[in-house]
Amino acid sequence: MILGRLLQIAITLVILSACAYGVIGLMPGDPIDVAIAADPRLSSEDAARLRALHGLDRPLAARYAAWAGGVLHGEFGYSRLYAQPVATVLWPALLSTLRLLGLTLLVAAATGIGLGLIAAVRRGTATDAAINGLAFAAMAIPAFWLGILLIILFAVRLGWLPAGGADTPAALILPVATLAIANLAAYARHTRSAMTEALGELYIRTARAKGCSGARIVFRHALPNAAVPVITLMALDAGALVSGALVTETVFARPGMGKLIYDAVIGSDYNLALLALLLAALVTMLATLAADLAQMAIDPRAARRARA
Amino acid sequence: MRRFLRRPGGLAGAALLAALVLAAASAGWAAAALGQDPFTPDLLGRYGPADAAHPLGTDELGRDVLLRLLYGARVSLAVGLAAALTAAVIGTVIGLLAAWAGGAIDAVLMRVADGLLALPALPLLVVLAAVDPAHIGLPTGGGADIVRIVVIVAIFGWVGVARFARAAALSVLRRDFVRAAAALGVPGGAILRRHVAPNVMGPVTVATTLAVGNTILVESTLSFLGLGIQPPTPSWGGMLANAQEMVFAAPLLALWPGLCILLAVVACNLVGDALDQAFNPRA
Repeated sequence: MILGRLLQIAITLVILSACAYGVIGLMPGDPIDVAIAADPRLSSEDAARLRALHGLDRPLAARYAAWAGGVLHGEFGYSRLYAQPVATVLWPALLSTLRLLGLTLLVAAATGIGLGLIAAVRRGTATDAAINGLAFAAMAIPAFWLGILLIILFAVRLGWLPAGGADTPAALILPVATLAIANLAAYARHTRSAMTEALGELYIRTARAKGCSGARIVFRHALPNAAVPVITLMALDAGALVSGALVTETVFARPGMGKLIYDAVIGSDYNLALLALLLAALVTMLATLAADLAQMAIDPRAARRARA
Repeated sequence: MRRFLRRPGGLAGAALLAALVLAAASAGWAAAALGQDPFTPDLLGRYGPADAAHPLGTDELGRDVLLRLLYGARVSLAVGLAAALTAAVIGTVIGLLAAWAGGAIDAVLMRVADGLLALPALPLLVVLAAVDPAHIGLPTGGGADIVRIVVIVAIFGWVGVARFARAAALSVLRRDFVRAAAALGVPGGAILRRHVAPNVMGPVTVATTLAVGNTILVESTLSFLGLGIQPPTPSWGGMLANAQEMVFAAPLLALWPGLCILLAVVACNLVGDALDQAFNPRA
């Protein structure tokens, strides 16, 4: 199963890289155009010579094959924007994004599951309605607007936290809060419906009849059964989380993968954009795979379904 | 329909949506009534406070904020609806095709859908949105901009609808009355039209309504990043991009466009959820 999934990931990456390579050729300004803009003394003959020198006059498929061959041999090339090897630029950005996403996942899942639990136990009350309303609003709120609002409140008005920037713990609070709020609604809604279903099962009635305490029933009997759909959600949400990282990092000027992709695309740094995009896709797919494996470890039925 | 109207959430969402559409439609009339032009900069009237001439004040170029919000509503709602409908049509066709053909075609189409779902959407959208339409010989500017965003969003948007349509079609195709029709010699096209399509409509309508809200979010995000609707055409996301640079000088500028996006998305989701419950009363 794992081998099959890894193969699928590899195929997706190959197709994605070919498509992205083709698409990126359609963006404004190829490297030679940029070089000409930087140095007015270059004539059109110089430009043609440079194109031939760098192989830019060859057909697209041949250029893609040469590029992909290089990448497979570990030659990732240089970033024009940062004037550094791409690997040197990507590595710290990846770590920064993983830190942001890891913290966000913890906060979003813990808060979302907590709210969902409360809503399920207090089903039909005003508390339930309030949590449901909050989740509804959190799902519809544009993450970048939420980020701006938090900046206005906590950085501009109150001056408690920095409005953005690098990796001090204080600078992480607002981005994590933004991304967590934008993602916790799904956890709350899924936990609520899974818990509601679990609390209606016969074994819960049995436990109650045995005289189990309310807390014991919720945490020992119902919660483990409600965990499965929530972990499924983690697998489904990996892509949304990485997408959210792009927005959050841009709003808070955090040097992560999302902002790197954005800056590279805007700054016509195509080699960097391409490799950063592929890395982001790879990380997303591996995270999804990890969540699927965790689900199978918890729920043997899921493992049987995957084998079937 | 009656079941839909009995949901208070659906009714509220529909009313909110209707109000937004009315507001967008009244943009030209409001501009005339206020005697303001939301497209011409007025450098002497920058960051104006709210008054009779400018009910929500003016922005960083002295343009009326309320009017720009109304014109932005046209763009956001039009893009949201057009992209969601495009995605719905593509998705329905692909979903029905997969369910009907089965076998290798189904497997390939669903693998493509899985692959698209597994990828982080926004980084890919950013790359696609950065394509210079002039490079592939397409027109640029105003209306072409909207078409460009609709196409880009639809490329990723069809997956959800396709899965709903396929699942619904598969469950119908297995039912006895469809088998009976096939056994009686009813041609495939007629079965699709008479039996499958009506049963697929419900889930597809729900998925499309929810997609409208999502599309408005995506468009505003792209416009916020400077890759969506290009200035001077007002869009809610673009207004927020300008406002973010001004959070110290004019924090209120950042409030209104975001509120509009939030209301529009909430309205679509409310309607979508109510439709969902109306079509599946037991769920």
